[in-house]
Amino acid sequence: MTITTEQPLVKIEGLHKYYGHHHVLRGIDLNVNQGEVSVVIGPSGSGKSTMLRCVNLLETISAGRISVGGHLIGYREVKGRLHDLKTKEIAAQRREIGMVFQRFNLFPHKTALQNIMEAPVQVKGQSKAVARKRALELLDRVGLADRSGHYPNQLSGGQQQRVAIARALAMDPELMLFDEPTSALDPELVGDVLNVMKDLAKSGMTMIVVTHEIGFAREVGDRLTFMDGGVVVESGDPREVLANPQHSRTKEFLSRVL
Amino acid sequence: MDSHAEGHTAAPVLNNSVPVRHPGRWISAVIIVGVLAAFLQSLFTNPNFRWDVVGTYILDTKVVQGVVWTLVLTFASMVLAIVLAILLAFMRQSENPVFRWSSWTWVWFFRGTPVYTQLLFWGLATVLYPTIALGIPFGPAAFTWVTSDPTHGLIPAILGLGLNESAYLAEIFRAGLKSVDQGQSEAAEALGMTKGKIMRRIILPQAMRVIVPPTGNETIGMLKTTSLVLAVPFTLDLTFATNALANRIYLPIPLLIVAAFWYLLVTSLLMVGQHFIEAHYGKGVDNRVPAAVNPAAAKAAAAGAPSADAEPALKMDFPEEEAK
Repeated sequence: MTITTEQPLVKIEGLHKYYGHHHVLRGIDLNVNQGEVSVVIGPSGSGKSTMLRCVNLLETISAGRISVGGHLIGYREVKGRLHDLKTKEIAAQRREIGMVFQRFNLFPHKTALQNIMEAPVQVKGQSKAVARKRALELLDRVGLADRSGHYPNQLSGGQQQRVAIARALAMDPELMLFDEPTSALDPELVGDVLNVMKDLAKSGMTMIVVTHEIGFAREVGDRLTFMDGGVVVESGDPREVLANPQHSRTKEFLSRVL
Repeated sequence: MDSHAEGHTAAPVLNNSVPVRHPGRWISAVIIVGVLAAFLQSLFTNPNFRWDVVGTYILDTKVVQGVVWTLVLTFASMVLAIVLAILLAFMRQSENPVFRWSSWTWVWFFRGTPVYTQLLFWGLATVLYPTIALGIPFGPAAFTWVTSDPTHGLIPAILGLGLNESAYLAEIFRAGLKSVDQGQSEAAEALGMTKGKIMRRIILPQAMRVIVPPTGNETIGMLKTTSLVLAVPFTLDLTFATNALANRIYLPIPLLIVAAFWYLLVTSLLMVGQHFIEAHYGKGVDNRVPAAVNPAAAKAAAAGAPSADAEPALKMDFPEEEAK
């Protein structure tokens, strides 16, 4: 993808999502600039995970547009009309977008190292030697150099999530999506995962992070978006929003989680 | 905290409590062993078993050929069934309603009629279609097969057994594919993998863990179902061969023992094979302790290393064969 610095890397415009008659997203607008860490918070059921999953098309888009790096996600526009992309074209778009899931979703039949090597070898066609070298570097970066031969069920939740981050990074994505990456973890394991994410943010990675970790938002976030009922209620500098929320719904939510 | 830990460094006095006694277990065990002993004694002392006849026929050419034909029938029909079942299971999951519907109908029909009936039908199909020709309809034939040739009961037998089995296996495969967590394909999709690769490299290897045990069961079942092929008729399998010999010498029991011996032997070998296949696909699920994965680490742990994590060998030597 060619990145032009003037426009945001991720542009979400008027995004709506229906599940049958259930209107989950009701017109979301969100921009994320290159190198920015955009944190999204909100009560469960507010649509924040659905919004994130629309960005790499794990959910279809009912209305509105999402573009990443200037490329429309999921569609081709011909004479003002949208045409669905083929599954292969969608797969190609997803290669530029890494995703980390709440439940890790590591491949249980592969070791940590094999999990990380899988996509570079199978999707990018890298040689195993190259992919292996890079996978070991990434494992080292997430602090798990000594766990390369472990299967996921031999790792703690926090270790699994760090392998999952390394697996996403192995594809050298332009953008990383985090879907409540610490929500399934025991409290004492959250810190390790957040530290890896902080390092990643410092290295200049563009990130959209759906989380309940208010501290992370305050410390690392460039922008904080509060969603409720399928709409963006409030968005701005994290420290300002947290210290001085403008909407009553934001105030109410923050009073419950802080 | 420290002082608390130090307080327990002395070895504790073990409780050594008196266990609950189980007289019922002893009584039932004695009864079972007694009955077994009586039966074993009769095996050796009752002359009607005719072990001498068993010995004569156990390696009889007709019997050994019967074993070979039974194996041929079992493997050929299982291969056919597995190929069809994979296709049927994928069709059942397809977005195309015609695929879903035809897969469902196939399973409905072949599971809903007795295999004996199907075998009879395939035998009689040679009457319906004495020759099968492959080519342009009403035009010249590229390939012709004369189905009425009497030596070719084998093909209808394999078709009958294989098509029937495919219906059962399709359901097993469908259950296996459904057993893999949705998050697995999502994670693979998010990495940009294509549908075919996701199925081959992520979903199927995990589904196999669920698919292999019942498929092994079905294979063993198939080994014995082959005894029905006389319906076709196909007359070279183990059951038919031993029955024919028994009818000739008027001694059915020793030849039933001969047949049972061979069926048990083959079943035992199949079970050994299944064990290794299960171990292969159980990787990452049936090995919660790292030491179990790695013989070197297991040895180190046994030698008194405090934990497997402390063993540097663990990092490098196990699963990297794929990287070579």
